[in-house]
Amino acid sequence: MVITGDAFNAFVFLEIASLSTYVLVAMGAKRDRRALTAAYTYLVMGTIGATFFVIGVGLLYMMTGTLNMADLAERVPAIGANRTLVVAFAFIVTGLGLKLALFPMHLWLPNAYAFAPSAVTVFLAATATKAAVYLLLRFLFTIFGTSFPTFEPTLTYLLLPLAVIAMFAASTVAIFQVDIKRMLAYSSIGQLGYMVLGMSFATVTGLTATIIHLFNHALMKGALFMALGAVVMRFGDATIDTMRGLGRVMPWTMAAFVAGGLSLIGMPLTVGFISKWLLVTAALESGLWPIAVLVVASSLLAVIYIWRVVEAAYFEPPPEGVTAGEAPPALLIPTWILIGANIYFGIDASLTTRVAGEAARALLKTAS
Amino acid sequence: MSIEAIINIALFVFLGLTAFAILKLRALFAVVMLSAVFSLVSAALLVHLDAVDVAFTEAAVGAGISTVLMLATLALTSRHEKAPTRSQALPLIVVFLTGFALVYGTLDMPRFGDPQAPIQVHVAPKYIADTQSEIGIPNIVTAVLASYRGFDTLGEVTVIFTAGIGVLLLLAAFIREPEGLRVQTMDHHLVLRVVTKVLIGPILLFALYVQFHADYGPGGGFQAGIIFASAFIIYALVFGLENARKAVPGRAVRLLVACGVLLYGGVGFVSFLFGKNYLNYSVLGADQVAGQHLGILLVEFGVGLTVAAVMVSTFYAFSGQNPPIGDEDW
Repeated sequence: MVITGDAFNAFVFLEIASLSTYVLVAMGAKRDRRALTAAYTYLVMGTIGATFFVIGVGLLYMMTGTLNMADLAERVPAIGANRTLVVAFAFIVTGLGLKLALFPMHLWLPNAYAFAPSAVTVFLAATATKAAVYLLLRFLFTIFGTSFPTFEPTLTYLLLPLAVIAMFAASTVAIFQVDIKRMLAYSSIGQLGYMVLGMSFATVTGLTATIIHLFNHALMKGALFMALGAVVMRFGDATIDTMRGLGRVMPWTMAAFVAGGLSLIGMPLTVGFISKWLLVTAALESGLWPIAVLVVASSLLAVIYIWRVVEAAYFEPPPEGVTAGEAPPALLIPTWILIGANIYFGIDASLTTRVAGEAARALLKTAS
Repeated sequence: MSIEAIINIALFVFLGLTAFAILKLRALFAVVMLSAVFSLVSAALLVHLDAVDVAFTEAAVGAGISTVLMLATLALTSRHEKAPTRSQALPLIVVFLTGFALVYGTLDMPRFGDPQAPIQVHVAPKYIADTQSEIGIPNIVTAVLASYRGFDTLGEVTVIFTAGIGVLLLLAAFIREPEGLRVQTMDHHLVLRVVTKVLIGPILLFALYVQFHADYGPGGGFQAGIIFASAFIIYALVFGLENARKAVPGRAVRLLVACGVLLYGGVGFVSFLFGKNYLNYSVLGADQVAGQHLGILLVEFGVGLTVAAVMVSTFYAFSGQNPPIGDEDW
């Protein structure tokens, strides 16, 4: 999907990816029957999103006679203000918004993440919604471009506020979750808010922040969900009760969780810090210092929900009869590789920032 | 008012009424039947728009196979929809907003059938002008589907493949086949038995015709695969699943599901080996046109294979469960 240069191709591959995801989420029904309902909701919402997207692509085709992205990028601005194109724009943004779980179209995500098998959640968190973010970038910046009449208003008055609400609302809800997988799912919605926020500035730094956070978030959430997967494997679930005393029971797993959590919060020397730093810089560059403050403030919410787990794991004794026992190395080693990547790219971010920066410049060059 | 407009309006009124009835009814058997009607009316509309290939697919998929699969689902679950527990105000608002946006979007559209519309003057003329010399088949739709936009079609076959294995995975994982399956056949109905026997042969033949005549007339792998599968499904419905499985074992069907996609993808790779782009069939034959002919034939066959196999194996998986609703309860 990601390398295609054709709008309809993108739809077909988005659907292949989504169909596999629906089934994979449903496989969680072996542990909990509610996974079936979660997968069904995901299927319905995902299909509505895909339908909206394809309606938009259809309208684009009607007005331009082409599906090739480069060709579209030339022909769409040439047409200028046109109500059919505006509707195409709206359908594509809404459809992809559903796919990427943009607040308030995120309701399918927490259940899908929470009830999917742990291995599937790792992949979902690290990839699924990211593909939709990427497609949104391609369509917004490459095809419609900054000169499109509804481009600026959508970004400033729709995407930016929704992203900020997502950052706060989802992170606040995350604090009150009992199931830690669900908590991280809500946190993902908040993190998607950061990505959309970076996008909504429509500057090189903002887009760099979005693109780098795509990668960085995959690293941190991948690591966190893998650590949780180890807990689920041992205890059958990952509620806050299960986490009690785990710092002593599964020291390596929990250490990985803490490291991933720090990265999520945005501690220096982790990838999370790089993302937040770029995002704050982008906000300041655009003269939106209140947004920069909000980014930092929402990180404090992440501190709270990660701290809850840390408190349970390290400051409470394990329940009676639970003996120390680590997850198998087959699970621990990949988790720690991801944690290593979190720290490596947090210390030496030159590679990731360069690639993301080039991508951002490429997107904006075609857009202007 | 022209007769065209009257037909269009009548069909759209039918479509609207059917959709409204589907919304309102709680009896799911009637809903399934009405959605088949909906597909059939849509197919009629598409015929009227001269999109016969699409109409063909809509009729075969919407009115045909999906109705059978929906009925199979009903047999496993329930025939009555529960009353909704949540407020329906928000969905209604969303639906109206979407409808409003769609209508608003029509305001700047080129007029219906306008020869100067962008869609008619950009890429389409190239297809119309070049199909004869580059591909050499009369049906331009098939040329676009299987050759010019062959990569999309490969993706679509993969969609069907993915959906198929998804359904199989789900049904196999969560519903165990009951011991001592109650064999349900309808071969005690004399009329059904005789009619089925008479029909199956022509249906299979027609499927092959649709499959291999796609270069000249409407049709292709998607439609043919479904027609082919429906012959098997009719057989299984009347003479029992066991007999159908004897004719075509479930394992073989599941193998064919993958074979079709592999054939399609494999044809693409062959053109790699000749140093050309993926899915460029020109290298397959002595000259370009011969190569394109062979390539389209092969990939369409791949499509038909996967579609038919997915349908049959999905049906096997569904009807392999013991239905709580007996033959007489319907």
